[in-house]
Amino acid sequence: MRAKRLLNRIGLWFAVLMIVSPAVLFFVWMLSLSLKYEIDNAAYPPILIPETFAWANYAAVLESNRFGTYFLNSVLVTGSATLLGLLVGVPAGYGMARMKATKSAVVVLIARMTPGLSYLIPLFLLFQWLGLMGTLLPQIIIHLVITVPIIIWIMIGYFETTPLELEEAAVIDGASRWQVFRHVALPIAKPGITVAFILAVIFSWNNFVFGIVLAGRETRTLPVAVYNMISFEQLSWGPLAAGALLVTLPVLLLTVAAQRQIVAGLTAGAVKGG
Amino acid sequence: MTSSLALEKPAAAAPPASRRRAGGSLWPFVLPALIVVASVIVFPWAFTIWMSLNEWQIGGGSSFVGLANFGRLLTDLRFHDALWHTLYFTALAVILPVVLGLFSAIVFHQNFKARGFLRALFVMPMMATPVAIALVWAMMFHPQLGVLNYLLSLVGIPPQLWVFHPATVIPSLVLVETWQWTPLVMLIVLGGLAAIPTEPYESALIDGASGWQMFWHITLPLVLPFVMVAAIIRSIDAIKSFDIIYAITQGGPGTASETINLYLYSVAFAYYDIGYGSAIAVVFFLMVIGLAVLLLWLKKRVQWTEVGIGA
Repeated sequence: MRAKRLLNRIGLWFAVLMIVSPAVLFFVWMLSLSLKYEIDNAAYPPILIPETFAWANYAAVLESNRFGTYFLNSVLVTGSATLLGLLVGVPAGYGMARMKATKSAVVVLIARMTPGLSYLIPLFLLFQWLGLMGTLLPQIIIHLVITVPIIIWIMIGYFETTPLELEEAAVIDGASRWQVFRHVALPIAKPGITVAFILAVIFSWNNFVFGIVLAGRETRTLPVAVYNMISFEQLSWGPLAAGALLVTLPVLLLTVAAQRQIVAGLTAGAVKGG
Repeated sequence: MTSSLALEKPAAAAPPASRRRAGGSLWPFVLPALIVVASVIVFPWAFTIWMSLNEWQIGGGSSFVGLANFGRLLTDLRFHDALWHTLYFTALAVILPVVLGLFSAIVFHQNFKARGFLRALFVMPMMATPVAIALVWAMMFHPQLGVLNYLLSLVGIPPQLWVFHPATVIPSLVLVETWQWTPLVMLIVLGGLAAIPTEPYESALIDGASGWQMFWHITLPLVLPFVMVAAIIRSIDAIKSFDIIYAITQGGPGTASETINLYLYSVAFAYYDIGYGSAIAVVFFLMVIGLAVLLLWLKKRVQWTEVGIGA
């Protein structure tokens, strides 16, 4: 009996290993590529840990005069789209949950199903016509397509589960609808807002397709910038891998730090942007 | 959503008077979002439909042509190829993550050390920036210098051309997609597993059922609705897949991995044929909705249990 339990245990750990290793090995290899000089990256058989680390790869990416600009662009686009999204999305989630108008959330669902490119064609024309191209504004506006549906969706679900008794008590005490929202509903909803915030940030930060169409030389976000590194530097894997790692590092750190919120948010709404 | 559904009932049972008593209209809360949704989501939909009825070039003029753009789709061989690639890619990119995701959910449902940490590692591929991931996969696919062919050589399999050959390009891209999105399926199914009550297992144990019998007759039927939800979400995402394909192959070699989404991109933003691009967008959108409706209908048919309805 004990032997059988031990066998089960070994089988379980083997299964866990099989499941987790593709993810782990990939990121380990990504790190390895980013820390090797070209000679090591072109070696056969491949080298996992080089004799000398090529920190120069990271220095090259960070020192290139535009990296700072692109990083700032990414922060501005994701930051603005997320904050605007919270500003309109959290009250909307509250309103829709309390109106029992959750059926109208179908619009949000359809928005999630719509291919991102079908927003791009009309909005691209609109931005050109308004003369906004060349600024960050088009990207901030179009990233609302990602952030607003995620936030509304998660907040509806969250406000539906918060108890009504407290709000009703506040109303009896003579509070207005706004005061009830501001002082009773909003503080209780903080965990929900955190989940919505994290997911909106991640999906906005990761977005690529809006950027390749709407971004000019000065207004690229990091995913677009790292993609453009390919064409300029033929087969220089080290710096490219270093760039790729730097682009996705903030998101990976956020994933590990807030994995419980992310899991809760994704399984509740199972939303993904664009 | 299971929890929200369970909690909806007592709320709905509250007298409507209490809602009216809570002074003030709720519309001001919804209005700003309504304006945003109308201008960045509904307006583009409507404008896309209008453009699809026009001959429209960026920089050039536009003229109303009725359904001519849609007629053009019927004879556009590149579109037909793209349609086929999309179906092939989507079918594989749904089936593999769903099967592997179900398996990983069952594993992660067990108790073992550092489960939370390992789950975070497992989830990382789907949160990472797709373009960044794609660039590294492109390096790994490299026939001479890539690590994948080296790994194959260790187990005695001859080197492959991966994304550089028309016959293997789509399965190779599916490999990336599977690696990236199996965690989402796992999370959804894991949520389902957590909701299964323990009673059926207890009585099955008393009746002397084996582990495999319990899985086949209890776990699988109860968790199937969640698997279907995961499959629906996966299908919608897979059919729209863009970043990975664009960054690794740009639809190549030739047009061997050009899906509808990539073709749409080329037509609209490489050839600037906005009218035709919009027609493709409309058809593509209808395909996505059609797929979702079909799968929802399927889900209803599979749902012979009451437990999983919440998903």
